[in-house]
Amino acid sequence: MTTTIRKLTMARAISEAIAQEMARDPNVLVWGEDVGVYGGIFGATQGLYQKFGQDRVIDTPISESAFIGAAIGASAEGLRPIVELMFVDFFGVAMDQIYNHLAKNHYMSGGSVTLPVVLMTAIGGGYSDAAQHSQTLYSLFAHVPGLKIVVPSNAYDAKGLMTTAIRDNNPVMYFFHKGLLGLGWMPSDDWAEVHVPEEAYTIPFGQAANIGEGTDISIITIGAMVPKASKVREQLRQEGISVEVLDLRTLVPLDKQAIIQTAKKTHRVLIVDEDYRSFGMSGEVAAILAEDALDYLECPVRRLAIPDVPIPYSRPLEQFTIPSTTRIADTVRAMMD
Amino acid sequence: MDAPVEMYRMMCLIRQYENRMAEVYAEGKSPLFSIAAGPVPGEMHLAAGQEPVAVGVIHHLREEDVVTAPHRPHHFAIAKHVDLRRMTAEIFGRTDGLSHGKGGHMHLFDPRVHFSCSGIVGASFPPAVGAALAFRHRGQDHVAVAFAGEGAANQGTFHESLNLAATWKAPVIFVIEDNHYAISVAKDTSTAIAKNSDRAGAYGIPGVFIRGNDVLAISEAASEAIARARAGKGPSLLEIETTRFFGHFQGDAEAYLHPGEKDTWRALDPIPRFRDSLFAQRLLTADQDVAIQQEVAELVEDAIAFARESPEPQPADALTDVFA
Repeated sequence: MTTTIRKLTMARAISEAIAQEMARDPNVLVWGEDVGVYGGIFGATQGLYQKFGQDRVIDTPISESAFIGAAIGASAEGLRPIVELMFVDFFGVAMDQIYNHLAKNHYMSGGSVTLPVVLMTAIGGGYSDAAQHSQTLYSLFAHVPGLKIVVPSNAYDAKGLMTTAIRDNNPVMYFFHKGLLGLGWMPSDDWAEVHVPEEAYTIPFGQAANIGEGTDISIITIGAMVPKASKVREQLRQEGISVEVLDLRTLVPLDKQAIIQTAKKTHRVLIVDEDYRSFGMSGEVAAILAEDALDYLECPVRRLAIPDVPIPYSRPLEQFTIPSTTRIADTVRAMMD
Repeated sequence: MDAPVEMYRMMCLIRQYENRMAEVYAEGKSPLFSIAAGPVPGEMHLAAGQEPVAVGVIHHLREEDVVTAPHRPHHFAIAKHVDLRRMTAEIFGRTDGLSHGKGGHMHLFDPRVHFSCSGIVGASFPPAVGAALAFRHRGQDHVAVAFAGEGAANQGTFHESLNLAATWKAPVIFVIEDNHYAISVAKDTSTAIAKNSDRAGAYGIPGVFIRGNDVLAISEAASEAIARARAGKGPSLLEIETTRFFGHFQGDAEAYLHPGEKDTWRALDPIPRFRDSLFAQRLLTADQDVAIQQEVAELVEDAIAFARESPEPQPADALTDVFA
């Protein structure tokens, strides 16, 4: 038996997952801005319009409250909408429909209303798009009960997690990082372009992936910081430091056991996040460690994240704010001293 | 029962419900008013006076048709045949409530009759467009009706949803209940044009303004808009002039009203007017009216008794139903 390696970009992996679910279930529809003929500004819906037509892949006006709110009514009546809103930075105009309705109607209805909606959007910086087009913000949505939060780091996970998201009976927010998608027109980390099986498969939510075993220190991270942490792991191995990298993959549900287990194993934890430092993912993971693994830690937990400033435009300014492999490696070395 | 008499009965049921809810809500809230006290805590927005809007429109709907409603929802819910006992238990915050006490008066969900509402102004429009898209996608001739107050017509969701529904030719009827005030702010203070229904022209859909809080006129306009939507001809906008007999919420001192303003409205109470016209047309007798009043009073008392007897939820039940 031969194994054929079938490398896909993350964008292709996402659109393939959606296409397979659309073929499987006629209630799956896609709508949003430029998701049709254009195929999604970041390619997440490429080929769907040609395959499934304008009745199932629908270009919308720039009316985010209306078309995200429409997913609430449509899913309550049995559709399974996948709705794209280009950049996470754009969600402000539609927040009421998301955090007061999509997230809460199941609870406020005592469980009688289910809203199987996937909201997908692009996140992340690194290409000088400045403060309104470079954020990650997943922690903002993870803060609100009722939304599942998915942040894939590579094409394999992207496909499996999207399939799970579409089949889930809850609202799922799916964040793809622009710098992992394999787009020709902006820098992309080729670490994310990996073998992706052609057949449909699911990856359960709430299961972190151990990207590389280690014994000296753990890096707990998500999204585009996973490839960076993995590169640091390779680099530091040559220096005799054994780094374990944990990819959380979903923030809600969060794999608390994996967080605690890796801390118990290595006794040192660095959290790396591309979201703002305060009141976000890095603080939440640190709190879990403080509550449930403090006795196992040999040194204080450290965090690398966006230092509570809007993402700047100028290249040197932006590169200073987003955690880099250099800074991750330096921090690990300092924690080993 | 003839259609007009059935509409009259439904209006009476709603009025009885709202009047009794005003009394029940006041329990435990005197001599010092506290919004958090009594068997029914929280805010209470009552719709007495606005019955013709709900009944005139919803009378034409089927069980499968969707209604999305705003923060003042009882008249719409009752007209849509939401289970009166479970709705009342929900308002009391009890386990037998529609949502086992997790929603309350502004957040009533009854998927059995495709009814929902929201405490956020302007939030009823987008989900109705989505429900209509679902019906169109399946080739069903169901419709969705979004109700909202005239204040909500200045929300972005209103304009976005009208445009989206018109673009999609979605079977939606947008109904603006013009009770003259958005809490305390008068319509002519907040709205650049006299009739929100004229805004339909901006989206290429029919817009009709219905004066007089007259259930039959409302019913006629709604019938046309609903038939149009069922026939695949797209959305319509109705604006219905009505009056709010209670304050915005129970406890509202209504200092913003002109002296005597409410007396004028009450003099035009739609229920006695409709009753008298039914008498005049010999569609209703005085004896039948007595029987109707008795029947609706019994239904309301039964619902309130059911709610009072239903147990309080267990505190830890707060932790369930976040996810399906």
